[in-house]
Amino acid sequence: MAEEIKKEPPSTFKVTIDNITIDVAPGTTVLNAARIIGGDVTPPAMCYYSKLKGSGGKCRTCLVEVAAGSTADPRPMPKLVASCRTTVMDGMIVKNITSDKVKDARAGVVEFLLLNHPLDCPICDQAGECHLQDLGYEHGKEGTRYEFKRRTFEKEDIGPYIQLHMTRCILCYRCTYVADQITNKRVHGILDRGEHSEISTYISKAIDNDFSGNMIDVCPVGALTDKTFRFKNRVWFTKPVDAHRNCENPDCCGKTTLWLRGDEVFRVTARKDEWGEVQSFDGKPGWICNTCRFGKKKTADWEVEGLTKISRHSVISQGKYDGLVMPKETVTEVMGGRGPKLLMHIHDESGVNNPAIDLSKINGPAHSDTFDKV
Amino acid sequence: MRNFLLAVNTKYMKALTNRVKEVDRRPMTLMERAYLPAIFKGMAITFSHMFKKAPTISYPEKTRPFSPVFRGLHILNRDEEGRENCTACGLCAVACPAEAITMEAAERKPGEENLYREEKYAAKYEINMLRCIFCGLCEEACPKDAIYLSETFAPANFQRKGFIYGKEDLLIPNPVTEPEAYAKAKGGRVALK
Repeated sequence: MAEEIKKEPPSTFKVTIDNITIDVAPGTTVLNAARIIGGDVTPPAMCYYSKLKGSGGKCRTCLVEVAAGSTADPRPMPKLVASCRTTVMDGMIVKNITSDKVKDARAGVVEFLLLNHPLDCPICDQAGECHLQDLGYEHGKEGTRYEFKRRTFEKEDIGPYIQLHMTRCILCYRCTYVADQITNKRVHGILDRGEHSEISTYISKAIDNDFSGNMIDVCPVGALTDKTFRFKNRVWFTKPVDAHRNCENPDCCGKTTLWLRGDEVFRVTARKDEWGEVQSFDGKPGWICNTCRFGKKKTADWEVEGLTKISRHSVISQGKYDGLVMPKETVTEVMGGRGPKLLMHIHDESGVNNPAIDLSKINGPAHSDTFDKV
Repeated sequence: MRNFLLAVNTKYMKALTNRVKEVDRRPMTLMERAYLPAIFKGMAITFSHMFKKAPTISYPEKTRPFSPVFRGLHILNRDEEGRENCTACGLCAVACPAEAITMEAAERKPGEENLYREEKYAAKYEINMLRCIFCGLCEEACPKDAIYLSETFAPANFQRKGFIYGKEDLLIPNPVTEPEAYAKAKGGRVALK
């Protein structure tokens, strides 16, 4: 019998995803390998977050078919696997969008995720940048077969900055990982089990950690939203610009995206990359502190760098024009110093965007009395 | 080359269109030269119209019936309990090709449940009828059954400021508190289910 020689493992593994071959380091997950290729080949992910240790494996939206396990053992894997938790093997052949099984399974996963998720997108502040909306639109089927009562929860107040809508939660656990890894004292988690499980603070204790606001950014749905932005405007009507400030907090990167309406800062978020995750700066995830996020709502607080790059397929890109130049006003010149006679000044007639009411200065959502006092 | 083009040109000169009518250049007949018969023929046509039904109507007093799919002035809908349907989701504004719709949202306070159907509502809702092109895309985009184009058009005005329609202009009468006005506005319409 020939002596078995154990070969040195190769320094890079060759993996083929949807007929695209790529060399990746051993230990890379299939999802991350697909993200290196990019584009349509990348499976969607609702719970996996590359900046959070231990995340992934819960939502099952990143399911892929492994047509060949490796060069050494080219048998296909019997079931679809979660690509965020499966590491690549040398010679692995993965099928994502080229597999009908994956498409079908993903549509099923979307249906399951939407069993209890309320379709209140017209009210939800996350609409327009919601990963579940995108997922349902791209991978879901029309309609649901669910006939039972949807899960509902008593509304809970978890502090002045973060709005919790438990009904919208898909239990991805990302926010608890943020609490665990970013903040030094975790005060909220998942209570109960199965269908009754819910995100909550222990004994309704308000989350007052300095970095708690990052839970809003990692939440893939509208379960955790910014209370200071609540109902102020739709995401796609605000203009995102990149900005930075020198934050006193050493752990805060100070690099953010401001969401403006005119000159009013309606919302501050961390900068997102193409996968909807917080961008990394110098190898460190760019989490921002609550002072930057909730406390600096004036353009004077920030140094604006320019328009944020938004995919032109996103609804947020509507009405955003880069490099616009205002045409020269020639009427005054031609008329010998006399300005044009305005037939109507819009603020005299319109109640919307009243210059006397500065929505960015209100801490919570506007109410009926906000617009009464002028 | 030039000769060739000329040749092509003359070849197709006659057949540019099939509606060409040759001008009749024959000399006039006696009947035509007599002049009066043609005059009487024309007058007969003119007087015959006096006994026909007039195709015009005397507009502000009388109006034509509108088609039920006519796209006129917008209305903001209420549900059967008189609560406003609109939640200021902004889909009509984003669908609007003329950018005529603007709004500002607010949160419903406890005690206002009889006014607004959902947690969020449009505190301000405006349509600039000068910009509106009555395409009906807002009606199509609305997920809440809240905006419809009605069977009337915007009345004329001497000034531009009369064309900024706010919520008070757009909302239909409340079926609970003002049932007569609601019935009048509803007219003979039946709800389509």
